[in-house]
This record gives sequence, C-alpha cells and structure tokens, in this order.
Amino acid sequence: MGKQVAMTGNIAVANAMRQINPDVCAAYPITPSTEVMQQFASFVADGKVDTELVTVESEHSAMSAGIGAAAAGGRVMTATSANGLALMWEMLYIASGNRLPIAMMVINRALSAPINIHGDHSDEMGARDAGWIQMYSENGQEAYDNIIQAILIGESEGVLLPAMVGMDGFIISHSIENLELLEDKQVRDFLGEFKPKHPLLNINKPITMGPLDLQDYYSEHKRQQAQAMQKAKAAILKVAKDYKAVSGREYGFFEPYKLEDADIGILTLGSSAGTTRFVVDLMREKGIKVGMIKLRVFRPFPIEELQQALSHLKALAVMDRSDSFGAAGGPVFSEVRSALYDLPARPKTVNYIYGLGGRDLGISPIERVVKDLQEIHQTEKIKELVTHLTVRE
Amino acid sequence: MATLKELSKREELLAGGHRLCAGCGASIVVRQILLAAGKNVVVSCSTGCLEVATSIYPYTSWRVPFFHSAFENSAATICGVEAMYQLQKRKGKLPVDEEIKFIGLGGDGGTYDIGLQSLSGGLERGHDFLFVCYDNGAYMNTGIQRSSATPLGAATTTSPAGKVIPGKTQYRKDLTDIVEAHHIPYLAQASPHNWKDLNKKVEKALSIRGPKFLNVIAPCHRGWRSGINEAISLSKLAVDTCFWPLYEIENGKLTINYKPKNKKPLTEWMKLQGRFKHLFKPENEHILQQLQQGIDCKWNNLLKREEVEKPC
Amino acid sequence: MSTGLKGWKDIPIGGMILEAGNSAEYETGGWRTFRPVMDKEKCKNCLFCWIYCPDSAIQVENEKIKEIDLKYCKGCGICAAECPAKAIEMVEEGKL
Repeated sequence: MGKQVAMTGNIAVANAMRQINPDVCAAYPITPSTEVMQQFASFVADGKVDTELVTVESEHSAMSAGIGAAAAGGRVMTATSANGLALMWEMLYIASGNRLPIAMMVINRALSAPINIHGDHSDEMGARDAGWIQMYSENGQEAYDNIIQAILIGESEGVLLPAMVGMDGFIISHSIENLELLEDKQVRDFLGEFKPKHPLLNINKPITMGPLDLQDYYSEHKRQQAQAMQKAKAAILKVAKDYKAVSGREYGFFEPYKLEDADIGILTLGSSAGTTRFVVDLMREKGIKVGMIKLRVFRPFPIEELQQALSHLKALAVMDRSDSFGAAGGPVFSEVRSALYDLPARPKTVNYIYGLGGRDLGISPIERVVKDLQEIHQTEKIKELVTHLTVRE
Repeated sequence: MATLKELSKREELLAGGHRLCAGCGASIVVRQILLAAGKNVVVSCSTGCLEVATSIYPYTSWRVPFFHSAFENSAATICGVEAMYQLQKRKGKLPVDEEIKFIGLGGDGGTYDIGLQSLSGGLERGHDFLFVCYDNGAYMNTGIQRSSATPLGAATTTSPAGKVIPGKTQYRKDLTDIVEAHHIPYLAQASPHNWKDLNKKVEKALSIRGPKFLNVIAPCHRGWRSGINEAISLSKLAVDTCFWPLYEIENGKLTINYKPKNKKPLTEWMKLQGRFKHLFKPENEHILQQLQQGIDCKWNNLLKREEVEKPC
Repeated sequence: MSTGLKGWKDIPIGGMILEAGNSAEYETGGWRTFRPVMDKEKCKNCLFCWIYCPDSAIQVENEKIKEIDLKYCKGCGICAAECPAKAIEMVEEGKL
C-alpha cells in the first residue's frame, strides 16, 4: 500500500510526475499550474528524475517540443492552464493527428477576457474536439490517480492518443488534502516502459512524419483517429482495473452516487462533485430521492454507459462550469442530452452554467437545482432549459 | 573539405520525384546541406514550399528521418527531438557510437516572422541543433506575400507595385544580426552557388556543440519574377552585389568568406527580377539609391568589423 | 469506391510514411517542356550540373556524369546555364 500524505493537488500531481519519471517535459509557467512544473523542476535539480526538462518560451513551444520529443520516441508530459492551453490549440490537434501519446495535466482555469486566474472548465472544454482523451478530477487524489492512468491509456495498443487530465484551479490545485501516494516502485512497475514502433531517432529506418495529406488519404487518417478514440474506452476500463489492483481505488467512466433508486439526478464533473454529494445527503435525509453522477471521462464520451445509468431518472440537471455561447447549452449538457435522445424513456434534462471564473458553488445553489428538479418531476414541465446559476441579476 | 567528386560518392538524401517547382532554389540548398550532413541527421521543417512539395502523402523525398509539425515551430520541434535524444543517450538507450545531428529548416516566413520566437527560444536554451533558413524573400508557398525578409521596394502580392505605393515600403529585417545577439557559437550566411562555402559551413556547424544558425539565400523564380534557370546565377549576383554577403561568426568573431573583387551595383541583380521592375521608373530612382546605400553601409560595416576583430 | 487507394485499416497511423525516399516512384519528368541534351564529348565532368540540380536528376558514377534521369528532370535548364563547358543544350520536347 502507498502512504498517506497531506499535500495540495499541484504537489500531488508533481509527485505523480516524479514517479512516472517521463523522458521529456517541456513546460511554460501559467497560474495556477505553475507550481506543478516548479516542483517538478526541483525534482530534476535534485536528481530525483531522469527527465530532460525543456523550459520553453511559450506554451506553443511547450507542446511543439513535446510533440518533437514524443515523435523522437518516448514518454512526454507537460502541464498548463487556461490561456496556455489556448495557445497550444493548434498543437493539440497536431499531437493527436500524429498519434503521439503525450500526457498533460490541465489545471483548469477560466479563459480570458476579462482575465481571471481561477478555476472553471472553459479551457479544457474548448479543447474537446482536439482528439485528446479527456478526464476530470474531483480532488487531488483523483488528479494523482488519473494522470498516472492517463499515461497507459494513451499508450495502449490501438489507442496511441494524447490524454489530458483536468483538475480545478485553486479549488483543488492549491488546497491541501489528505491523500495516498503509491510507492515509487509501484508506479514504475505499473507503467513499465514505452517503446513506440517508429521513433524518429531510428536513423537506420528513416520515416517521414507530418506529411501533406490531401483528399486521397486525409479522411482515412481521421477515420483511424475516430477508431482510436473508440478503442480508448476499453483501454480506460482495462487500465482502471489494473490500477485498482495496485491502489485499491476504483475508477470508471463516471461515478454514480445514490443514483440507483433516485427519481432526480445531478450530473457534474470536477470539484463541485464534493459539494453536490453533500447536498444529496442533506436532501436524502429529507426523503428526497436525488442522486448524483460524477463524470470522469469526457473524451471518449461514454454514451451507452450514460444511457444505462440515467434512463430511469425523471429529471436530470447537467452542471456546466463553462458556457458555450449561442449553443444549446453548456458543452456537457449538449453531449449528455444528445446521448439520452434515443432512449424510449428519458429524463427531462436541464442545464446549469455555474462557477465561472472560480465563483464558489455553495450549498444553496445546488439546493435550488434540486428544487427545480422536483418541480420538473412533478409538473413534467421545464421552465428554463439553461439557467445561469451563481450569477447576480 | 570535400571536393565535388568526393561529394558525388555520398548518398543522395533528397530523392527525386519531389514537387518543388522546376528551377527551385530551396531544393538545391537542401540537397547541398544533406550531402554535407550525411545520413545521421533528423530534420524538422516548417510548413512551406519545401515541406509540402517533398512530403505529399504517401510519398516522401526524405531519406533521413523527417518531421513536419507546423509553420511556426520547426525550431521548438527539433529541440524536442534533440531533448529526447539527449535523454536516451544519457540513459544508454541508444548505441554509444551512434551520433545523431539535428537540423531545423524553415523558409523566411517560418524563420524571420512566425517562427522567430520558437527559434529564439531554442537558441537561448542552448540545444544542440543547426537551424537553416532558406530565404527566398517572401511567403512563396501561399503565393508570394511580403515577409520581413522581402527587400524594400519589392512587389509582392500583399505589397504590390501600385499607382500610389511602389511595392514594399519597409526595409528587410536582418535576421542574421538578430540571431547573433543570442551569442551562439556559430552562425553564417551562405549561398547555393558557392557550394564549397555552404558545404564547409554545414560541416563546421555540425561539428560544434550547441545551437548554430545558417541563413541561406534561395532564389524563387516565381516570386522574384526571374528566369526558371537563374537560381544559381541570381544567388551569385546577390553575393557579388553584396546584397547577400557570405560571412560567418564563430564565437563572436566575424570572418567574411568572400569579398568580390569588383563589387557590382545592386541594380545588376535587381534588373533581372520582375519584382523590382517598377523601381527602374524615373520616379522611383530614390528607392534604388536608398537600397544601394543600405547595402553599402552594411557591407562597409562588415569590412570594418572584420578588420577590428583581426587577431593582433 | 474502387480508386485503387488503400482503406484506413491498411495504412500506417498518423500519416507516417515508412518508405524513405519513395517519391522516387513519382515521376516529375512529365512537367518538362525543354529537355537537357548533354554532349558527352564536351563534358569535362566538373559535376557543377550535378550539385546545382534541384531535382536530384543528374546521375554520377565513378566521379563522372552518367546520365540525366529524365524521370525526374523538370527541364529547368540550370544545368545548361551553369555548365562551364557549354555541354548541355535545352531542346524543346516536341522537337527532339
């Protein structure tokens, strides 16, 4: 078994990276992710890892150098937030298109403008079509567990895709919690070594990567990517199973809470799951049959599994910590609602945009959501499809 | 220093069948670089003519490992490859006797402009790589738009010679000067007409550890509006007019590698290129004078500097 | 579709090209309007044409010009322009 420690989310992730001991890390500081690379740099300086740390001049170069290193053949990691992720945007597609399993910690933070350094999901949600596996974490323990698993998921046979793991900026990244770290050896044994089939550094078998790919083959390469993302589903479950054997902690695409007998439910992801769970307990004491589902994996989106888990509900609230202006609702809502569309009987589904720029989601806004859901359940009518919660009129 | 006969025995590392224009200067530059570098290199290339025309799926002209990632990041990309190499070398994952060199390539768009930050970062961090800019003086791949390497007065599709504005209104940027400010161990300017000089510079650069830079003139007849068979003669004239001086700076010390016996007037080079045609109208004579003055000033400064830096 | 092109399951992932230099299979000689014709008598084997050829089309064997590979030669005429011995003449394709 591992050891109990008290540390912030960022330091937990930095320790995961120390144990992973990636070959190359290229990163650029941005709040609130800075601490991860800062801590990691001290691991490098103290000789606790073998990693080549490339302290680039921008996030664009961080991902570019990461892509170069991954193509060269090896394990590559980085971390970023918000505008840093946005500056990488072009390169995110190039990493996935080249099928390079880079692992990145995203310390979720609101995108500018106006500039804000606190946690919301507008950064990572903006990258949801970039061909990366995406996972979200409720707390530091999950962030630690997820980033270790992300390495193997991305490198899995038939997958070979980059993966990003989200953790709410400040709320988790800078909060100290008790968590359990695995032993260094456990992590290294769990991960083993990654040997890509066609490394650029094999000068005896020169390959070309990143060619101009026109009408003849571009569609075929994109079809391969779609397939790889499908395959990632099995890889996520396989890696979770193996990880449980090492850590004792269980992971899947999502985690239901008091959902089985519930009439109404709340779907959320990230740190707000903790508060939501608390409210569910409060409501349950009052006899309200409410449950929660915490989504862990957003890409690949677990459509069939969610259908199964949610079909019995009468009303469902989907919580979005980012907006998709002009869309049918927040990004999580659009996906969940679409997933439920084909069910013969499905819950009435509403959306709440909340917590932008790190605004606290207290107990009372979630109580209000439960109240709304009860009303929808009783009247079978939706008054407001998309509600902006935690905002002053 | 290899002779042509010796070079001809080396493996041709840029295969025929690429789809660069007939008479393209860039491909001559690349062939010469690869002949000098040999097989043990990994190449990254920014988006541009060279990249698109030499790697059209499912074909590649490269007989060395080649990676194109994006437009502005050829330097950061090759630095990442090099970082992985250093790690694997350190951990004994690669054969001890196998030494690999790293070359980043970019046109003037990918080097002077959109790729400048990435290049600057790579040079400052001290990666062991050679960056080569093939400078054809405009964004040729997208259809001859002005770059910061385009000379004053040149007509491009975004700085056309119009009724009111006579081509590009700004001087070109001196990238070699900018690179020098990074205090890297070796940088040089070269030209494909002087294959001997270019060959020597690539060999020298690759023998030095740390970041190195080569700026190589690469005539483009489509953009320059010149003859299809003039890539070599125009690069020679660029050197003989001192538009493109051949020099190198090794550990801060400048050496001019070629001094024309009779420095030709810049117009000798310009009059062969349609992009400068409008400058030969009487009303634009002042631009020709401005250009000549700029060239003279730079050349005289180089001569003076070389003199000062001579060992006593 | 029977385009003769491979399906997505039959090509390497990520656009990788595993056969180095396979553009040699792609013949660009068809672009040519003028063909370089070499007078071997005049040729001094200085190899300038070889080092200046943009298309890797000049074949050298034992330090001597063997031939101009018309599979790749696009007919730019740099070889003819740079030949010190004036041993190469550019002749219009139709008039050969």
